[in-house]
Amino acid sequence: MANSAEFTVEELPSGQILRLSGTFVIASIGDVDRALRDISGPICEIDISGVTHMDTVGAWLVHRTAKEHDAQITGGAHDAGRLIDAVRGVDQAEVAAKPPISSLYRFLAEVGGGVVEGITTLLQFLGFVGQVVKAFFALLISPRRFRWHAVVQHFDMVGVRALGIVGLMSFLIGIVIAQQGAVQLRQFGAEVFTINLIGRLTLRELGILMTAIMVAGRSGSAFAAQIGTMKITEEIDAMRTIGVVPAEALVVPRVIASVIMMPLLGIFASLMSIIGGGLLCWIVLDIPPATFVQRLREVTPMTDFWIGMIKAPVFGAIIAMAGCFQGMQVQGNAEQVGLRTTAAVVQAIFLVIVLDAFFAVFFSEIGWD
Amino acid sequence: MNPPNIISVTGLCNSFGDQVIHQDLDIEVRRGEILGVVGGSGTGKSVLMRSIIGLQKPDSGEIRVFGEGMIGKEENQATDVRRRWGVLFQGGALFSTLTVAENVQVPLREFYPDFSTELLDEIARYKIFLSGLPPEAAYKYPSELSGGMRKRAGVARALAMDPELLFLDEPTAGLDPIGAAKFDSLTRDLKETLGLTVFLITHDLDTLYSICDRVAVLADQKVIAIGAIEELLAIDHPWINEYFSGPRGRAARRGHSDQSETARAKTQQLGRS
Repeated sequence: MANSAEFTVEELPSGQILRLSGTFVIASIGDVDRALRDISGPICEIDISGVTHMDTVGAWLVHRTAKEHDAQITGGAHDAGRLIDAVRGVDQAEVAAKPPISSLYRFLAEVGGGVVEGITTLLQFLGFVGQVVKAFFALLISPRRFRWHAVVQHFDMVGVRALGIVGLMSFLIGIVIAQQGAVQLRQFGAEVFTINLIGRLTLRELGILMTAIMVAGRSGSAFAAQIGTMKITEEIDAMRTIGVVPAEALVVPRVIASVIMMPLLGIFASLMSIIGGGLLCWIVLDIPPATFVQRLREVTPMTDFWIGMIKAPVFGAIIAMAGCFQGMQVQGNAEQVGLRTTAAVVQAIFLVIVLDAFFAVFFSEIGWD
Repeated sequence: MNPPNIISVTGLCNSFGDQVIHQDLDIEVRRGEILGVVGGSGTGKSVLMRSIIGLQKPDSGEIRVFGEGMIGKEENQATDVRRRWGVLFQGGALFSTLTVAENVQVPLREFYPDFSTELLDEIARYKIFLSGLPPEAAYKYPSELSGGMRKRAGVARALAMDPELLFLDEPTAGLDPIGAAKFDSLTRDLKETLGLTVFLITHDLDTLYSICDRVAVLADQKVIAIGAIEELLAIDHPWINEYFSGPRGRAARRGHSDQSETARAKTQQLGRS
């Protein structure tokens, strides 16, 4: 490969002759390509007898130059001729040039496509919720078809296996709330209200909300990925042909498991937050645990606990539905599984926060504050 | 300078945990031949290919490609060897975010960053033609192609660098018989036009009969036989007997001998006229 590709142009009475020499292979023709493009003037003959080695890229270059100038190729060995013939065939195949698209058109098309997709997704989601409700009532009518085994398995996946991470997260959040509360409230000597902050915030809002976010990240994504993969491997089609309704077999157990596990995880998370906050109060504010608990019971109304317990199952249902819905939307290739899993988590967290805002207003309006 | 064997593997051992895949396996691929590699499922055909192209680190053994030892070379090492081979994976393994034309250009851009865009486009265009795809496929994404077209696009990318050595992993699996036959003739045409050496893993008996110069049989953790099919037929080994003399093997042989007779008749006719 030491040789490079070279060429000379020779003037003859009959016209110009292009004499190529050296090795015309992919490794050596980068510069020659540009030089050959720049040749002006008619060339009637291309002599390739000086070419010692040629591959298809070299052959393409020779063929292209010959075609451009309508020149004859001479002097090629049998091998070179065969290569040139091989690449020549591409000319017969017409290339359908893509019409250029203006950027304004593309922008409008993208916006329009986004709107249409948003609306269809919403409608599909509503349809999906309807399917699941229908499947749920179908199972109520004939409970023999209900898959207890799957539900218990999802209890384990959604609930038991999440205890560690949810507990640790809540414990740390409790510490953060207590620490920030203590620092701010100390400025006007109201450190003791840190306990109000811990008790009310965790039970009413953060305990459930953070658990929901964690469950969306852990289980909502897993639901989307599991069902999406089953969609790709045609397992879901196989179920349908056997007569199993996918919404009954796959979606309802997951939704039920999430609806039941979310409040339990929420209680656990709130408890861990209170322990974390209480620990910090003990260490930093010198409030002994007994006093902390007593004060907590005085300032935290029972309605705070019920608010959390009402929200949690709703959030669980939303997360499971979003995960299963996105999983069911997977079509085609493995890349879709990743995209849909991400979409499931984003959608679940977004819906949870929107609903949480709605609940906050609702419960204040009915006087639970 | 040019060793007669493009690939030579000696004493290759591969294992996954307790499971031994290869034990003292030797195989050689000669310049300019199409070598078919056959074996039952799980005999390590793909593992052998992955070892040769450096995706699987063997426990021991020596692998030489173009005379250069390949064991323990990182992705960015031995680039002189890497630019001389092309690999077609089973599913095509096209980059899903790039169009077919861009897929073909990936190795070119990697090794020859100074190529002009026009040249890259032209190269992609004729490589796609050589692989037997329609020209409009160049602007399509892999997800928009059928399985057979994806394999052809994979071949176009494997051919991008004008390799001397082509690895094909079950190229005709999942293709309909017509598509498979077309793919076989594509492989043979490319070999004859471009002077390729082909390392071909296959289950397809028709492929073996119609295009392979030699066939290597993997069983019992090594290559138990290698040679032209006629030579293999003479070997007395239960798996080989069952493979080539089972109903499918007999059908493929019959089909092939019919074909070569027709071809011979045609040549004779041409000779006369």
